[in-house]
Amino acid sequence: MQFSIWKYLLLLVLLTTGILYALPNIYPSDPAVQVSYISSSQSPDDILVKRVRSSLSKISDKLSESIEVRDKFILVRVASSEEQLEVRSLLFSDLGDDSIVALNLAPTTPDWLVKLNANPMKLGLDLRGGVHFLMEVDTETALINRQNGILQDIKRVLKGKKIRYQSAYVDQNQSIIINLKNKDNFLSALEIIEKDYLQFKLIDTEETDALSLTLVLSEVALEEIISEAISQNLTTLRNRVNELGVSEPVVQKQGKNRIVVQLPGIQDTVEAKKILGKTATLEFRLEANYDTPRSRKTTFSFKESSGGGTADLENQIILSGNQVASAQSGFDENGFPQVNISLDGQGGARMHRATRNEIGRRLGVLFVEQKTRTKYVEDNSGEIIPVQESYEIKEIISLATIRAALPSNFRITGVGNTGEASELALLLRAGALAAPMRFVEERTVGPSLGAENIKAGVMSMQLGLMMVLLFILFYYRVFGIAASLALIANIILLVAAMSIIGATLTLPGIAGIVLTVGMAVDANVLIFSRIREELKLGKEPFDAIVAGYDRAFVTIWDANVTTLLVAIILHSLGTGPIKGFAITLSIGIVTSMITSILGTRAFITLVYGKRINLNRISIG
Amino acid sequence: MTTKINFMYYRKIALGLSLLLMILSLVSLVFKQLNLGLDFTGGTLVELHYSEPADIESIRRTLSQSGYEGVEVSTFGSNQEVLIKLAGLSSDKIGSEITSLLKPLNSSDQEFLRRNEFVGPQVGSELRDDGGLAMLLALAMMMIYIAFRFQSKFAIAAVSALIHDVLIVFGIFSIFSIDFDLTVLAAVLAVIGYSLNDSIVVSDRIRENFRKKRENDPEDLIDESLNQTLARTLITSLTTLLVLFSLYFLGGELIRNFSFALILGVIIGTYSSIYILTNALLIMSLKGDDLFVEDSQDEEFHDLP
Repeated sequence: MQFSIWKYLLLLVLLTTGILYALPNIYPSDPAVQVSYISSSQSPDDILVKRVRSSLSKISDKLSESIEVRDKFILVRVASSEEQLEVRSLLFSDLGDDSIVALNLAPTTPDWLVKLNANPMKLGLDLRGGVHFLMEVDTETALINRQNGILQDIKRVLKGKKIRYQSAYVDQNQSIIINLKNKDNFLSALEIIEKDYLQFKLIDTEETDALSLTLVLSEVALEEIISEAISQNLTTLRNRVNELGVSEPVVQKQGKNRIVVQLPGIQDTVEAKKILGKTATLEFRLEANYDTPRSRKTTFSFKESSGGGTADLENQIILSGNQVASAQSGFDENGFPQVNISLDGQGGARMHRATRNEIGRRLGVLFVEQKTRTKYVEDNSGEIIPVQESYEIKEIISLATIRAALPSNFRITGVGNTGEASELALLLRAGALAAPMRFVEERTVGPSLGAENIKAGVMSMQLGLMMVLLFILFYYRVFGIAASLALIANIILLVAAMSIIGATLTLPGIAGIVLTVGMAVDANVLIFSRIREELKLGKEPFDAIVAGYDRAFVTIWDANVTTLLVAIILHSLGTGPIKGFAITLSIGIVTSMITSILGTRAFITLVYGKRINLNRISIG
Repeated sequence: MTTKINFMYYRKIALGLSLLLMILSLVSLVFKQLNLGLDFTGGTLVELHYSEPADIESIRRTLSQSGYEGVEVSTFGSNQEVLIKLAGLSSDKIGSEITSLLKPLNSSDQEFLRRNEFVGPQVGSELRDDGGLAMLLALAMMMIYIAFRFQSKFAIAAVSALIHDVLIVFGIFSIFSIDFDLTVLAAVLAVIGYSLNDSIVVSDRIRENFRKKRENDPEDLIDESLNQTLARTLITSLTTLLVLFSLYFLGGELIRNFSFALILGVIIGTYSSIYILTNALLIMSLKGDDLFVEDSQDEEFHDLP
């Protein structure tokens, strides 16, 4: 009986890799607080580190913290979750609004493992506590808003071409209806719309005496509008989530018109909801002249990323951000970053009117934001309690000279570096939600329950594994040792695979691992039963072993493929935790095939393979 | 040790028992229905932690005085944990309202609120539809796979066994009004996978024996196959049950029903691979000739890694 050397090598490589990449999971995580600048293009600098240090020095006598500066943030590790909360509220009140202070769990993976890119599994919300929101985008409103925008545009064009219409509106079927005055007007309008508004289908234009046009959005245009609305909302939400002070948040699209937001560590869902649902917008205003009366101008400060300082702007608002149709960052002809802005029809017209006589003056872009902040105040009994308040910030993000009357597409230059340009574009787009959203699902898990879930999961796994190991050792003797080692190797490989692909571990996920432990034995049971049978038929031990493995293989294959199919169906069905179950189940099936067939055979060949005249094997 | 149990001697009794259980399940499912969890009905669920045993009556009173009707209040796991459920209400604010209403003065949010779930009615009904669809899809795929790997009679027999298992698990959840949520649905799907394992192992052996000894009586051959695979069937079920009981008792309240569904499924699945599968095969009068065509295909399969 032999087992080729390359199979041993393969197993060795697999197992070593498995151990290396499973290893980070046994190092516990430190509670930590992470600090970063609010602008994602800005890396933490010495100034921020100094501010953090000086703030922490106030309580350093009772603290055992360590500070690490990373690429995107500064990490303050502390000893306990009480210290963590204390440090957070201290830094939060000291550092001010230009930075984000977030609670985090910092892995203590040794450096040599980090260098290998070996990281622990992420824990799902049910294990670490946090909140999961499912928000639904009101696509109907997005469509109506957009249609109204286009309608304004059409009206403007018709007026410009002196084409007269009786009425033009969006009806309840979401089609645009235009009633023209006479046949000539009808034909010219028809020509314009057929040429310039390709996103529409025209309905009933064949009737000879018709004077009314019915425009219906084409499938493609419809989907485009919806997907634009959703991606704009996604961007907006990401920005807002950043401000909540959460490490490792998840914001992603789910299904056709829904967005999942997961905020680990957050407990106060009321605050989180308020911020996620808040509104922010833009205002375009002219810079005030020297002779503008005080009552008609206001002083605003620049957003920090725009260089600081202040400027006076007129009180009259030319237009606001809900008329920005889109904004992209790019480069001008000299290679400097710029932001291209497209306004919708109405906005474009207003911008043109307002700027055509003001060439040479400067136009300010004001970012208006509703924010909530938590203040820590002393109450009557002398305790420090958090108090929430809402406030509005208006900051200038750009002030640029008008060189020509601005059409509906224009650009803002002098916006700093590339990172800032793309952030500005993002802010312009993200300023407001494209369509209203509502919460259709919410799941909050408290941190204490999360910790209990981990404990329960790990304990049931240990007990389950132990019982199974004892049983197979007792029942199969030497072959049982092989199966036990295979089982342990299976768990190592499973955990390693999950860590490598960055899968999230959930409570049902742990259940999946436990279930895999129970079921992985099946392959060995099948093989060993076969070997026993073959022995009973009078075969020599070597032949019995070989026949046992060969005969059992097809059965094992069939059984595992069907379970894998079920796991795939589960994955497509599931929300977070169920997906976790499906993932561990499917990875477990693959790894258990490797360990329980290849692994045990390698072991048994090692034990028995070299013996001449083998006449008895220990298989219970 | 290969046993010599005359399984097929009792097959009519087993069939009768299974039919009875299935009819009971069906009746309960029609008249009593499943006690669907929040995931499928939509609504609000709040789990709260009190520092001392909770007074359920006073919680009920407080809630009904504040205008919450049709509230289900129960302890959860220990008598300090309280579960409050409002099915069907469609506001996402209720959870936090109830929490602040019931929060004792000396307790912090961190400790008091353990879980707050809100599922909108739309999401609930979608999950219901998707869940049903996933189940049917799973059954259909299993049937196709087995028809392809074995033969159509085996496919029908195996899927009958699966339907039997799923129906009875559903039935037991319905009869005892156990909460049927998304995790339980996942468990039922896993049961489909598990129970099929058993059916495949048994079918595989039946096929092998039919090919070897074509002349024998089908009942004897099936009996022989069942005896040959019995040790394996029992050992695998035992190890799986060991871990499942460990999950059931130690895994925490959240996956108790999940583990329970799997335990039921493993037990019923083991039984059905012995009696339902074989009964179905015999009813369709499986013959050796049914299995004598696809030999070449099988040889190929042996060569896979």
